[in-house]
Amino acid sequence: MARVTFNEQRCKSCELCVSVCPQGIIFLADEINLKGFHPARVTEMDKCTGCAFCARMCPDQVIEVFAEGGKPVHA
Amino acid sequence: MPERVLMKGNEAVGEAAIQAGCRYFFGYPITPQNEVPEYMARRLPEVGGVYLQAESEVAAINMVYGAAGAGVRVMTSSSSPGISLMQEGISYICGAELPCVIVNMVRGGPGLGSIQPAQSDYFQATKGGGHGDYRLIVLAPSSLQEIFDLMGLAFPLAEKYRNPVMILGDGVLGQMMEPVVLPDEPAQAPPPPPWATTGCQGRRPNVINSLYIEADACEAHNRRLQAKYDEIARKEVRYEALNTSDAEVVLVAYGSVARVCHSAMELARAEGIKVGLFRPITLWPFPSQALAQIAAGTGETGVAGASGTAGAPGRGDSPGPAFLTVEMSAGGQMVEDVRLAVNGLRPVHFYGRSGGVVPTPHEVLEQIRALRKAVAA
Amino acid sequence: MRQIFGRPASLTDVPMHYCPGCTHGIIHRLVAEVMDELGIREKTIGIASVGCSVFAYEYFNCDMQQASHGRAPAVATGIKRVWPDRVVFTYQGDGDLASIGAGEIVHAAARGENITVIFVNNAVYGMTGGQMAPTTLLGQKTTTTPLGREARRNGMPVRVVELLSQLDGPAYLARVSVHNPKMVNTAKRAIRAAFQAQLDGRGFSLVEVLSTCPTNWGLTPVEALKWLEDNMIPYYPLGEVRTPSSASRQAGVPAAASTATAPTPAAFGATGTAPATRGKEGE
Repeated sequence: MARVTFNEQRCKSCELCVSVCPQGIIFLADEINLKGFHPARVTEMDKCTGCAFCARMCPDQVIEVFAEGGKPVHA
Repeated sequence: MPERVLMKGNEAVGEAAIQAGCRYFFGYPITPQNEVPEYMARRLPEVGGVYLQAESEVAAINMVYGAAGAGVRVMTSSSSPGISLMQEGISYICGAELPCVIVNMVRGGPGLGSIQPAQSDYFQATKGGGHGDYRLIVLAPSSLQEIFDLMGLAFPLAEKYRNPVMILGDGVLGQMMEPVVLPDEPAQAPPPPPWATTGCQGRRPNVINSLYIEADACEAHNRRLQAKYDEIARKEVRYEALNTSDAEVVLVAYGSVARVCHSAMELARAEGIKVGLFRPITLWPFPSQALAQIAAGTGETGVAGASGTAGAPGRGDSPGPAFLTVEMSAGGQMVEDVRLAVNGLRPVHFYGRSGGVVPTPHEVLEQIRALRKAVAA
Repeated sequence: MRQIFGRPASLTDVPMHYCPGCTHGIIHRLVAEVMDELGIREKTIGIASVGCSVFAYEYFNCDMQQASHGRAPAVATGIKRVWPDRVVFTYQGDGDLASIGAGEIVHAAARGENITVIFVNNAVYGMTGGQMAPTTLLGQKTTTTPLGREARRNGMPVRVVELLSQLDGPAYLARVSVHNPKMVNTAKRAIRAAFQAQLDGRGFSLVEVLSTCPTNWGLTPVEALKWLEDNMIPYYPLGEVRTPSSASRQAGVPAAASTATAPTPAAFGATGTAPATRGKEGE
C-alpha cells in the first residue's frame, strides 16, 4: 500500500516524474494550475508502489510519498 | 605611562588595526604596502587572529566580504592597481552593507604606473570607485600617530554605519618612520551582530545579499543607502584648519602632502606671507561647509572633529583667502571638491606633482609667491 | 501509512524560479537532504553564486551569503576562517566556477580549504540566455557558438574534477549526474561524502553534478535527461576521483608520488555508474 500526493500549484509540467514512474500511472491533467501548467497527477493510486522515483526526480518538491511500513527515503 | 615606539608607517597600519580589535586580514602583496601583510602575518597569530594571503586582490576583498558578513572586524590592505581590482567586491560590500576597513597606500598611476607615492586615487576612493551609487568613508591620516587614531575610529565607524571605511595613505606615509604613542587600552571587537552569518541556531536564517531583482525594491534599497550617506555627511566630517583666519592664501592638502604644505606655510609666514593650511581628514564626507566658510571670511581655525569646529573666530569683514590646492596628482582630483565647496567665491589654484614625485616645501613656497605676485599685479 | 518522502527541512517552502524540468531543483534538494541527515542545518553557511542559482539564498533554510560572479570560494574561505567549526558550502554553476571563478576554485582547492563545493555543470550559461560555457561540448550549439563549439575557435571544454585532481589540497572530488533516480541516489551519496569530509576536517571537497538546461538546450526536460546521458557523460566521466582515504595529504605521501598515479575516476562501488570513458578530444 502506497500513496503519492502532488502539490499541483507548484507543478511545472516538466514530466520528469511521468518519465520515470515504473508503473506508468502519472499523467498530466487536462486542466491548468494558477501558473498555467498542466499539473502531474496519478490516475490509478492503487498501483503506486511507493518507490518515490517520481519524487526524487521532481525538481520542484511537488511530490510527497506515503507507504505502509515503508522505510523513509527522505521525510 | 603610554608606550612610545618608533615604527614604520605600514607597520603602524598593522599594529593600529590590531590595537583597534581587528583579528582578520586577507591581502595580496603589492608595493609599497608589503610591510602591512608581512606585519599581520607575524602579529595576528600571536593575538589569536587569522592572516591569509589570497591568490589575488579580487579574492582578498571577497574573503573580506565573507568574514565581514560572518560578523568580525576584518581588513585588507593594498595599493592602487590592487585597489582597482577590488572595486567590484567593494561595491558588493557596500550593497550588502557590511563593515570592514580597506587601506590604500597609493602609488603612481595610471596602469602599472610607479611604485612611488601618489594621491591619484582620490576620485576612486571618494566618488564610489566601483559600480552603483555608493560611498566609502575615506580617512586620510598625515602622520603615524594619526594612523593609530583613525584606525581606532575606522572600525567603530564602519560598524555604526555598516559601511566600509577606506584609509587613504600613500607611499610616503607607508615607508616613513616616526615615534608613536600606542593606545592605553587595546579596543575589543564587539560580538558578532545579529545579522551575521554565524549559523542559524535558535533563530531564522540570515542572508547577506546585495541583489534586489525588482526595480522598485532596488530603488528603495538605494534610497536607504542615500539616507545613510546623508547622515554620515552631516555627522562625520573631520578636518584641521591652521592659520586660516588671517590668511591671504590657504593651502588645501591631505595626507603626507599636508605635511609638506605645513612646512611651506611656516616658510611663507617667516617671510611675512600670511598663509594658512586646510587639511581634510575625512575626504568623504568632504569638509565643504568649513571650506565655504573660510572662503566667505567667516571660517574658524583649529581642529574640527565630528561634532563641529573649534578654535579662533573668523576674520570679520575682511575678504576670504585665495586657495592653493596641492596634491600628488597630475591634473588635480581633490581640487574639484575644493572648487565645488568654494563655489566661485574666491580663486582656487592647483599645484601638483605626479607619477611618484613628492612636492617639496620650497616648490610650494614658489607657487605661493607667484600667486601673490599675480594678485598684486 | 507514513510519509517516506517530502521536502527536507533544510529547504524553504519558497517556490523555485527555475525553468520547468531544470535539475537545479533536484540538486538543491539533495544538498538539503544531506544537511538534514547530518543534522547541520543550524551550523551551515551557504554561498550563492551568480547565474541561475543566484537565488539559492531563498531556497536553502540556513544562513546564506550571496557572492559576486566566480568568487564564492573566496567568500567561503573568509567565512570558514572566521568560523572553522561551522559547515560552509558554495553552490556554483559552470560559468561561475570554471570560467570567471577559475582562479578562486583552484586556489581554494590548493589550500585544502575545509569547505564543500557543489558544482553544477549544465554546459551552458543559463541565466544570461544560453551562451557558450567553459564546459560546453564540442559541436554543441549555443547563442555564441551558433554553428557549434569548435576547438580551434572556442577552445576545449574544461573537466574541472580532473583539473583539480592534479592538486594535493582536495580531500574529496567526484562527478555525478541526476539524469535518473538511481543516479540521483548516487549523487546524494557523493554530496554526503563531501560534507562528511568537511565535518571530519579533511579539507576541500567538491562534487560536480551534471545537470540539464532544457530551455537553452532547446529540448524537452525528458529529452534533456537523455541528451545529458548520451553526450555529457562520455566527455565528463562519472565517479570519485579523490576520497579522504585516497588523498595523499592524509597519508602523508609526498606530492610527487601522489600525482604520479593517474586520476582516473573510480566508479561508485556496487551501486555506481558505468566505468568512465573519456570522450574524443580535439575534434
